[in-house]
Amino acid sequence: MHIRFNTYHITKLHRLLIGVIMIGVHTMAIHANTLIVCKTCTHATISETVKAAAAYDTIIIKKATYKEYNIKIDKPLTIIGKNYPVIDGERQGEIITITSDDVTVDGLFIINVGTSYTEDYAAIRVKKCKDFVIQNVVLEKLFFGIYLEKARDGKIYHNKIIGDAVEEYNSGNGIQLWYSKNITIEHNFVQRVRDGIYLEFSDYCTIKNNVSSNNIRYGLHFMFSNNDNYEDNTFEKNGAGVAVMFSKKIKMYRNTFKENWGSASYGMLLKEINDAEIAENTFEQNTIGINIEGSNRIQYTKNNFINNGWAIKVRGACYTNSFTQNNFLHNSFDVSYNSKLNDNIFDQNYWSKYTGYDLNKDGIGDVPYRPVKLFSYIVNRTPETIILLRSLFIDIIDFSEKVSPVFTPDKLLDHHPQIHKIEW
Amino acid sequence: MLKILKYSFYDLMRSRWSYVYFLFYLLLGTVLLFLNNDLSKAIITLMNVIIVLVPLIGTIFGVMYYYNSKEFTELLLAQPLKRNSIFLGQYLGVSLSLTMSLVLGIGIPFILYGIFKSDSIWNFSLLLITGAFLTFIFTALAFNISLSNENKIKGFGYAVLLWLFLAIIYDGIFLMSLVLFEDYPLDKLSLFGTMLNPIDLSRTLILLKLDISALLGYTGAVFKKFFGTSFGLIISLLMLFIWILIPTLRIMYKSKKKDF
Repeated sequence: MHIRFNTYHITKLHRLLIGVIMIGVHTMAIHANTLIVCKTCTHATISETVKAAAAYDTIIIKKATYKEYNIKIDKPLTIIGKNYPVIDGERQGEIITITSDDVTVDGLFIINVGTSYTEDYAAIRVKKCKDFVIQNVVLEKLFFGIYLEKARDGKIYHNKIIGDAVEEYNSGNGIQLWYSKNITIEHNFVQRVRDGIYLEFSDYCTIKNNVSSNNIRYGLHFMFSNNDNYEDNTFEKNGAGVAVMFSKKIKMYRNTFKENWGSASYGMLLKEINDAEIAENTFEQNTIGINIEGSNRIQYTKNNFINNGWAIKVRGACYTNSFTQNNFLHNSFDVSYNSKLNDNIFDQNYWSKYTGYDLNKDGIGDVPYRPVKLFSYIVNRTPETIILLRSLFIDIIDFSEKVSPVFTPDKLLDHHPQIHKIEW
Repeated sequence: MLKILKYSFYDLMRSRWSYVYFLFYLLLGTVLLFLNNDLSKAIITLMNVIIVLVPLIGTIFGVMYYYNSKEFTELLLAQPLKRNSIFLGQYLGVSLSLTMSLVLGIGIPFILYGIFKSDSIWNFSLLLITGAFLTFIFTALAFNISLSNENKIKGFGYAVLLWLFLAIIYDGIFLMSLVLFEDYPLDKLSLFGTMLNPIDLSRTLILLKLDISALLGYTGAVFKKFFGTSFGLIISLLMLFIWILIPTLRIMYKSKKKDF
């Protein structure tokens, strides 16, 4: 008790003493108690145990089913489940609410979160605190999964979230961040919820190695969030793909966007995005690979666009974007514009539809490639004409448009089309 | 009928043109595969070729065969044989030998390349099936034309015109009418328009396999049902059957009435 008293005082000291604090936390961890929850122990419920515990204690939950909800964790605790104990909320409401810093939740199986039309009940909610870790948690039959509200410096690792959402209006998001900063989200599996991962007003977050699939709306959804990174994720078969909206300076590397099919489905939907970097991603078999609207100064490099309906659809108000060293392979349409205006650069890409030649054998085609076809313009105007795709007549009119552009942006050319697929 | 079919078939098997046709496809398939090293790209290119070339060869060959073997046909007519069996035998003989040239010509290089081990096998078999359908349809149309025209030049002219119309002009008119009536709901019209042209029909069949992600981008419910389920595949195949059936029935009807 004496040591604990001391550490409390130390934390109040000046920030320069951070090293001392570290030592303090260390000594404290050694002297903290461990409480065990099981059906036959002194502590039979989790809420009780949390109340009984002192700050920086460890609570170990033994395997059993605990029918509890509204568990409030208001002190720094480490909660560890052994062999995945089940916490069944019986659809009553929120299950765990964390309101203290330095909380770790590890190895729980949480089911039956309450559904509400007025409140966003979550399996685990983190509220106005920092330095938390949520890992190895399995969530099923949920409304919202992990909900971070004004939280900072936390980690969300190795969780599995499997929802059963059917409609958008009565389902919640897998992992939701609201006004949060510096959060790391890694190795999570999110399935069949509304939005797999949703960031709103959340900056400096890293989203890595997650798999988000079969969600009703978006696999990943950004709103008003800046300076975030997402890398090596897989987004598959989501209702509308991935949406990045109203955000700045987002880096997107090595993600895979696959099989997002439907009339409003995109591998990635960009709306009002500025200064982003999109590199080494793979877009495969999406109705629209990337849909761009009102996005400026974005660098697209070394991405693969394979077998998409539209690899890139540019809707308007997109300026100074550059597309370099991408592979465009067997897309029905490579690039589609809805106007004649173009301020974007296409250079050094590989186009599988390129029919030019390379006489000096430097790997660069001698004839510029024109990625926008007249037919894509016609389909934009009259969508039903898509049925004439790959018709000989269409090839003929595409050819005549290629020779003298009338409807498509005439300056949109790739002057250095690559002869060989780009590898990296 | 089977005897005449057999005779026509063997006659054509010995003819130079079957070999040329076979060798052409063999060369095309080999060149595409070994220069491209990409199965799916080769299949797409072949599809473009097959959809245009197979109907052309079918019509020209059908017309040619009919006019060339006219004297022999007249000799056969003097025998106690049913007219149906003479003409149907000839028709099937021509179509079968053309189909064989196509299937073997394209099949051999792809099998050597290892199509059975790749996942493009379904796309490839669909390609061959549509090729066979188109051969049967256009040979039947060619026989119709030549039965109705005694004049060789006129017959050839009509045959080429028919091909030109169905392969190119039809799509032009189709596109114009879709753009012209763009204010109206068009999904039924566009599907209906496709059904009326066997070349468009086979193109749609292949689109279902290759460009499904683009086709699902359109919102129409009828489209969605057609392309999103196996409904489209079944209807398209059924329509191709009807496209063989009707000209064949007309061959039978016409040949019965014709005065030689």
